Amino acid sequence: MSLVVSQEEYISPGHMACPGCGATLAMRYVLKGLGKETIIVLPASCWSVIDGVFPYSSVKVPLFHTAFETAASVASGIKAALEVQGDTETTVLAFAGDGATFDIGLQALSGAAERNEDFIYVCYDNEAYMNTGIQRSSATPYGAWTTTTPVRHPKDRPKKRILEIIAAHEIPYAATASIGYPDDLIAKVTKAKGISGTRFIHVFSPCPTGWKSEASLSIKIARLAVHTKVFPLYEVENGFTFHINMEPKNLPVEEYLKLQERFAHLAEQEIAFIQKNVDEEWEHLLKRALY
Amino acid sequence: MIKVIVGNHAVSYGVMLSRAQVIAAYPITPQTSIVEELSEFCADGHLNAKFIKVESEHSAMACCIGASAAGARAFTATSSQGLALMHEMLHWASGARLPIVIANVNRALAPPWNIWNDQTDSLSQRDTGWLQFYCESNQEVLDTVIQAFKISEEVLLPTMLVMDAFFLSHTAEAVEIPETEDVDRYLPGYKPRYKLDVKNPHSFGSLATPDYYQGFREKIQEAMKRAKEVAIKADEDFNNIFNRRYGIIEEYQCEEAELVLVTSGTVTSTSRTVIDRLRKEGRKVGMLKIRMFRPFPFEEVTGALKDVEKVAVVDRGISFGHGGIFAQEIKSALYSQSSKPFIFSYITGLGGMDVTPQVITNIICDALERNTPPEESIWIRGKL
Repeated sequence: MSLVVSQEEYISPGHMACPGCGATLAMRYVLKGLGKETIIVLPASCWSVIDGVFPYSSVKVPLFHTAFETAASVASGIKAALEVQGDTETTVLAFAGDGATFDIGLQALSGAAERNEDFIYVCYDNEAYMNTGIQRSSATPYGAWTTTTPVRHPKDRPKKRILEIIAAHEIPYAATASIGYPDDLIAKVTKAKGISGTRFIHVFSPCPTGWKSEASLSIKIARLAVHTKVFPLYEVENGFTFHINMEPKNLPVEEYLKLQERFAHLAEQEIAFIQKNVDEEWEHLLKRALY
Repeated sequence: MIKVIVGNHAVSYGVMLSRAQVIAAYPITPQTSIVEELSEFCADGHLNAKFIKVESEHSAMACCIGASAAGARAFTATSSQGLALMHEMLHWASGARLPIVIANVNRALAPPWNIWNDQTDSLSQRDTGWLQFYCESNQEVLDTVIQAFKISEEVLLPTMLVMDAFFLSHTAEAVEIPETEDVDRYLPGYKPRYKLDVKNPHSFGSLATPDYYQGFREKIQEAMKRAKEVAIKADEDFNNIFNRRYGIIEEYQCEEAELVLVTSGTVTSTSRTVIDRLRKEGRKVGMLKIRMFRPFPFEEVTGALKDVEKVAVVDRGISFGHGGIFAQEIKSALYSQSSKPFIFSYITGLGGMDVTPQVITNIICDALERNTPPEESIWIRGKL
């Protein structure tokens, strides 16, 4: 399938993101896929700042800022209001970080997914609370440093498997995507736009500030995450049909870890432990994809 | 048409007649039958609204916020813990200047568990930027729902209608159900001045620097002040069509009164009978019912009380570490007056403890007998 990517830009220069920010690219690509007939619901996140300071805004579509845990419920209300006014064209997009999705907003998201509310939910995942200064979230991976998981006691639990949790609500479409592969990301957003019901896209989104990585390496790191199997690209339709979108190159996980200082304290055996977990999760995914 | 209905269904009829477009709600006793009836109205096509059965009260208010921001007339109902859970979003609704209407059935907060009436839940939300109306009868409840949308949409602030658990919510009374055409004439379809619109894109609620932020807060206070005049006008317009009016306060038998009892909600009805009896006995006592609590009707309250010797306030809520909340508000309103009555605060009726005619009589007699009020509120004792 050939993909035509819109030349139109829906976010402006002059936004307030850090250099190398994955979240900014995520919004840029998602809006390219959805177009101007989109209303964004934005809970507390880096994007609350990236959007700009009143009276300015860096997005060219309507955007509603809301409380941290309410992306899915506000989106439900907006969609209902559009429907009663006879508007079936506008896409409602909830755009939330990992904290708002994996943690504080999970109840609202689960409620909306169970009701199969008709909106697209994009989680841009930078694996910690970056806007408040790099505190761990339940998306933070095992072994990572954050300001609340210091190197003397780094994160000792695995990342929550959010896609499987949300897909288990039997929503029509759930997928992972990465800012490292915009073509795949935009194709998924475009596909999601053509489906009704709750659609969930989990976007891998490096944060140089929080990951202590070079700003110029964000894309490389995002791609390495796919090819070390740390963040595989796949889709789940109707809760059961798994489909892997990209064959990883099977690179050692160390290739990915070594570009980020948040993992610099890891000893050899911890890296081996991460490698073992990544391999096991991949096997688990393969089994489900084959069924 | 007159129907004998419980207070909760009076709310439902008010919402249907107001043509709410989005309703989002979560069940909680004693509110539940409001939204049960509304879901029936929606299912039967009597009300053309989207009903979102959310997973929490926090999400109910968030849904209403989304719906209102996107240009729909939005409604929810709750009680007690549910209102407390919504607290964050109550600020969000008023800060975003959204004319949402909520019915809160006053119920005590836990622990210990208690499903009965008191006002601490709604009074705890007095600083959230919502208009608040305390209702006395099922008719007033129905009529206030319709007035609430009218006022909210004019001043762009949300309104909380407040009613007593069980005394109104589950008690049936004869209620005149207004004709649909008359309500349509009074409250036309919602035309939002600002909304999320892809043809006219804006960001709502962006980060604002300190100067701007305080400016926005000043605008809310200005809207609150204006809400009083708008509410008075809305009540007059309502009277012109439906031949019923409530005022923002009501003075009852206050002429030459030595003592005025201040009430809100259903205690007012009980107090009327007590005042009538005491007047017959030659006691110069009157009553002031407070219907609008936010914005606080300073002029009207001070006008009614400034020349009275004593004021006894029935408080069915408490600010711990201070005292009765209505009493505090009345004291502060009267501070700027040159003549200041003695204000006695009586705390009673918490958690549904019955406020009988005898309790009201005791309160009035106690205040008449005392020379000056104690610093703290006076408790009408419960068990323990």
